[in-house]
Amino acid sequence: MKKIFEKPKSLKPNVMHYCPGCGHSIIHRLVAETIDELGIQERTLGVPPAGCAVLAYNYFDVDMGEAPHGRAVAVATGLKRVLPDHVVFTYQGDGDIAAIGTAEIIHAANRGEKVTAIFVNNGTYGMTGGQMAPTTLLGMNSTTTPGGRDGARDGAPLDLTQMLAVAEGSAYLERVTVATPKHIRQAKKAIKKAFQVQLDGLGFSVVEVLSPCPTNWKMSPVAAYEWTLQEMTKIFPLGVIKDITGYDEK
Amino acid sequence: MLGEAAVRAGCRYYFGYPITPQNEVPEYMSGRLLEVGGTFVQAESELASINMVIGAAMAGARVMTTSSSPGISLMQEGISYLAGLELPAVIANVVRGGPGLGNIAPAQSDYFQATRGGGHGDYRTIVLAPSSCQELCDLTMKAFDLADKYRNPVMILGDGMMGQMMEPVEFPEMIDLADLPAKDWTITGNQGRPSRALLSLLLTPKVLEDHNYKLVRKYDAVTRSETDWEEYLLEDARQVVVAYGTAARIAKGAIKRVRSMGLKVGLLRPKTLWPFPSQPIKELTRIVRQLLVFEMSTGQMVEDVEMAVAGQAQVHFYGRPGGVIPTPEEVAHQISHYYYQAGLMDGEDEAKRRGGVA
Repeated sequence: MKKIFEKPKSLKPNVMHYCPGCGHSIIHRLVAETIDELGIQERTLGVPPAGCAVLAYNYFDVDMGEAPHGRAVAVATGLKRVLPDHVVFTYQGDGDIAAIGTAEIIHAANRGEKVTAIFVNNGTYGMTGGQMAPTTLLGMNSTTTPGGRDGARDGAPLDLTQMLAVAEGSAYLERVTVATPKHIRQAKKAIKKAFQVQLDGLGFSVVEVLSPCPTNWKMSPVAAYEWTLQEMTKIFPLGVIKDITGYDEK
Repeated sequence: MLGEAAVRAGCRYYFGYPITPQNEVPEYMSGRLLEVGGTFVQAESELASINMVIGAAMAGARVMTTSSSPGISLMQEGISYLAGLELPAVIANVVRGGPGLGNIAPAQSDYFQATRGGGHGDYRTIVLAPSSCQELCDLTMKAFDLADKYRNPVMILGDGMMGQMMEPVEFPEMIDLADLPAKDWTITGNQGRPSRALLSLLLTPKVLEDHNYKLVRKYDAVTRSETDWEEYLLEDARQVVVAYGTAARIAKGAIKRVRSMGLKVGLLRPKTLWPFPSQPIKELTRIVRQLLVFEMSTGQMVEDVEMAVAGQAQVHFYGRPGGVIPTPEEVAHQISHYYYQAGLMDGEDEAKRRGGVA
């Protein structure tokens, strides 16, 4: 019998703790498939965030080093500078990367650190229970924006990945989602390309993944996936934000 | 000095952010590390520097950052992680006056922060306090060895005075990195072994408690083996000054002065601030009843001295905060004031004996 689907080698056989309908488990799988397909498991180092994915080391079967909240790319910089032949990725949420870690991500991009950031944007602080994130949409409810996010009071959602485009050292930035199987395939392509950018030493790469959080959005998983695709993409449009690779011209 | 000593100790990675009075170190390292095939990164903040240090330490490198007081405050989060993750790294604090922005003059007001941990959680940082250029060089070399030996952050606590001083120094030979013991805990890829994670997140209370006690056992071992101090003219001393770093140099000048006047005064100079030389200070109180703690602060180490003597001797304090550097005359005046007050003079002793006064 021909095997047509299997667990990626770079994922441990542990049961994930993520809520039903959460996008993290899909994104974990895409990253692990990428590591397998590029044959880099033995020289890949991951840096998990503080947040829902803090336990990512229970799932990725690669060496991992934990960073303080927001500091993942600074830790990744230290790792990569010592081990330039290794592949280093961070896995960060929106609060981690676009609020507390804004300075670190902008300067890592500007230095053109040869690392890859997987940026999971679900518009909320999931682990702490659904507070407003820098990416929370206007009008969206959170536990710290009763009545919905108000731009005049709370500021508008921040498009971090777009901001990174102006940094000279950022080589490849793309926004994707895991809202439908078709989009998941595109997300996989983007993640693989981002790792390839690193392998080719072209510079800093980020894949922002719009991901549903049914628990904190207080929606059913189906409604949350629908909302991700219909509402989040209005403010965070999908597609390539920056690409200096020239891969697609070949 | 600090930079060259670090390079000779095998440090090939330096991450830092400019702050006065320690800019000479990153400036030196930026060029020197290029010569030896190392890496220098000027980070966007001290937060970033210390986290780059974490990453490099995870990968097994000998790594250092330096800063001054306000910058060290920003690094406290990272230092707590270094301690929790049991990562070796060297951090030098060229202390300046505080609190807040304070000033850029030499001070010793970060003693509490350095020796109490500074960041969150139950942990200790090994703290070395050099008081000369040669010692700064020697202790920097030693700092890397201690960090590796105990898998713990080591802080060198200096001040701007030491940073700006010129003294002849004999540099040790460059160590060969290949001679260092292999580290079997680093994250360098899971080739030929199961994958490994370096964590300070231990969600189960019992597991974190066990980790805390493991750290305590390590700290006990450091205390037993690494506590270090200098004794200066203690043999006949009736009063002992306790001071470290630049203050200890000033105190030595003051002691020479009062010795020439016949006062029997010595100095005990802690070279490790944590672990603190409590035991030798305690033993001192079997024969000496008068201690004078001298610091360039409003009084921080004095609390450790008081704990060490546990009421068995009188502990006086003299300090000048704010970056003021006291003169040896000023300190000599304080020494003699307490000396006379306690009736330690030979003549008075003799008079008391003859007069039968207790």
